[in-house]
Amino acid sequence: MSEQTASSVRYEEATKRYPGASSPAVDELTLEVPAGEICVLVGPSGCGKTTAMRMVNRTVEISAGDVLVGDRSVRDREPAQLRREIGYVIQQIGLFPHRTISENIGAVPQLLGWKKERIRRRSGELLELIGLDPELGDRYPSQLSGGQQQRVGVARALAADPLVMLMDEPFGAIDPINRERLQNEFLRLQAEIRKTVLFVTHDIDEAIKMGDRIAVMREGGRVEQYATPAELLMAPANEFVEDFVGADRALKRLALMRVADIDLWEAPLAFVGQATGEVRAKLDSPAVEVPFPLLVDGERRPLGWLSERDLAADVVPGRPDSPLGPVLELDDVMRDALADLLQHETQYAPVIDRGGRIAGVLSVEIISEFLGSPEAKSDEHPAVERPHG
Amino acid sequence: MGNPFVLAAGEVGGDFFKERDVGDLCQAQTQHVFCFDWARENIDRFEAPTVQHLEIVIPALVIGFVVAFALALLAHRTRWLQPPLLAATGILYTIPSIAFFFLLLPLTGLGRDTAIIVLSAYTLQIIYRNTILGLNNVPAAVKDAARGMGLTPRQILWKVELPLAIPEIIAGLRVAVVSTIAIATLAVLISAGGLGTEMYGSNLTFPTSIIIAGAIVMLMALAFDAILLLVQRLTTPWRRAARA
Repeated sequence: MSEQTASSVRYEEATKRYPGASSPAVDELTLEVPAGEICVLVGPSGCGKTTAMRMVNRTVEISAGDVLVGDRSVRDREPAQLRREIGYVIQQIGLFPHRTISENIGAVPQLLGWKKERIRRRSGELLELIGLDPELGDRYPSQLSGGQQQRVGVARALAADPLVMLMDEPFGAIDPINRERLQNEFLRLQAEIRKTVLFVTHDIDEAIKMGDRIAVMREGGRVEQYATPAELLMAPANEFVEDFVGADRALKRLALMRVADIDLWEAPLAFVGQATGEVRAKLDSPAVEVPFPLLVDGERRPLGWLSERDLAADVVPGRPDSPLGPVLELDDVMRDALADLLQHETQYAPVIDRGGRIAGVLSVEIISEFLGSPEAKSDEHPAVERPHG
Repeated sequence: MGNPFVLAAGEVGGDFFKERDVGDLCQAQTQHVFCFDWARENIDRFEAPTVQHLEIVIPALVIGFVVAFALALLAHRTRWLQPPLLAATGILYTIPSIAFFFLLLPLTGLGRDTAIIVLSAYTLQIIYRNTILGLNNVPAAVKDAARGMGLTPRQILWKVELPLAIPEIIAGLRVAVVSTIAIATLAVLISAGGLGTEMYGSNLTFPTSIIIAGAIVMLMALAFDAILLLVQRLTTPWRRAARA
């Protein structure tokens, strides 16, 4: 690894005018992407987001203004040299069909004149990093699935440890299930490698999920708002952004939160062998919002819900009448937790911590109250940490 | 006798109507399609024409390939050249071969050089067209990725585009090889030798010689084709992997 692993990217009134076009594709774009962050350029098709991204590695030549990588203008650089320092991932992947997976990954290091042994080692390292069997290194791209190919595409872009990564709808052609997986994998990877990433998409949900910052663009590469995902959802700068983000932006906020970020209900706990009278007394307390007691074992791990019938006995039985239903974790993304509740047609579910011990109860009511509260739309909520898996 | 065509035709005649020495081997059975006795006795006489044939075909193919390939690379870089070059090589291809041979006589005279020129001209169209086709078939995404990764235009051409165009280039070469070997039998018309000398004679009631020469031509074509197939297999391992 080199001493420096990521560079900032700065657009300074960068303009791209195509010959014969009445208006510039990108008009005086000014934007700064701090080193080590994922900046998503999002907007309707034709808004200039891809053109803006391509200015960075000069696959689109800048007509006026400038783009700086680190402190150096890309205009002063020899294009091929510049591109070797910038990872490049595109939607159609574009692996070399006539090269093996290892050779594909080693393409840029080879251009940079690395020694064979070092390239081989690096390819193996990257295959491992993206979770592919090292044996696949000797295969050809056509022998891999689409998802595997795009992982290789990402690995190839990372091979020479670039300062900046350009990703143009990298997961756009992957089926929804694998897309989600690849997004999560990339976020996990990014947490480790901390590259500066320019990520282009037209999908606002993907933008919210992937971006540390999001630039919402419209025709001419005009940035309507440049903000963190939470800011974008809470305070859209104007009608265009509001429309683009969508009416369901309160729901989208759930994708940015974890169960741990919300105040849970306290569960009335019951232990095996405990006198039912004690449990009944607990249920009667006004602070308790869950109408049924939750049976837990000695380690406070949930076993199931107790019914009226269970409580008719003198002591709490070892086997509860009602099944446990879904069990949520504090680390779960709120949106997924809600989906779990709805899918099981249940109003509430126990939440456990990493050790499997009960931490509280999450209910549909808590979530709907949160969505209806001004908090969901205000700036005060601290839950801006993004899900990483 | 200022007319070169008349002169040429006169010279051609001597070679063209050469008598076949059949001897008495098959006199009794002149109706036979193939005379084995004669074939056994005379097989040596095919050696020199076969070598001559190769001496025409191989230079013609090499020259044709080099010229067509260079034209294709030029047209690949300079897009607007593609249609006119396609038309030009296409026109060459439509000239009837016998006419082509005789038209060149006043310029290059009788003999092998003229045959090589004509035959290489015929290969241009198919090799040029297939090379362009192969280069154009390289997926845009692969070229975009290559460019974005920092390959220079020359590296993209030699490391990405041309390797991926090999199947089409070789397909063109295979067609060119077979037709060149076949048309080279006409080289005898301009005294360039080759297996045509054993085919075109006055003794049309005795086809044995024609059958043997024809078989050698076919075998030669098959051998060249097999070599090209082998080259393709060795240079495009990824294509087999894709099918496996």
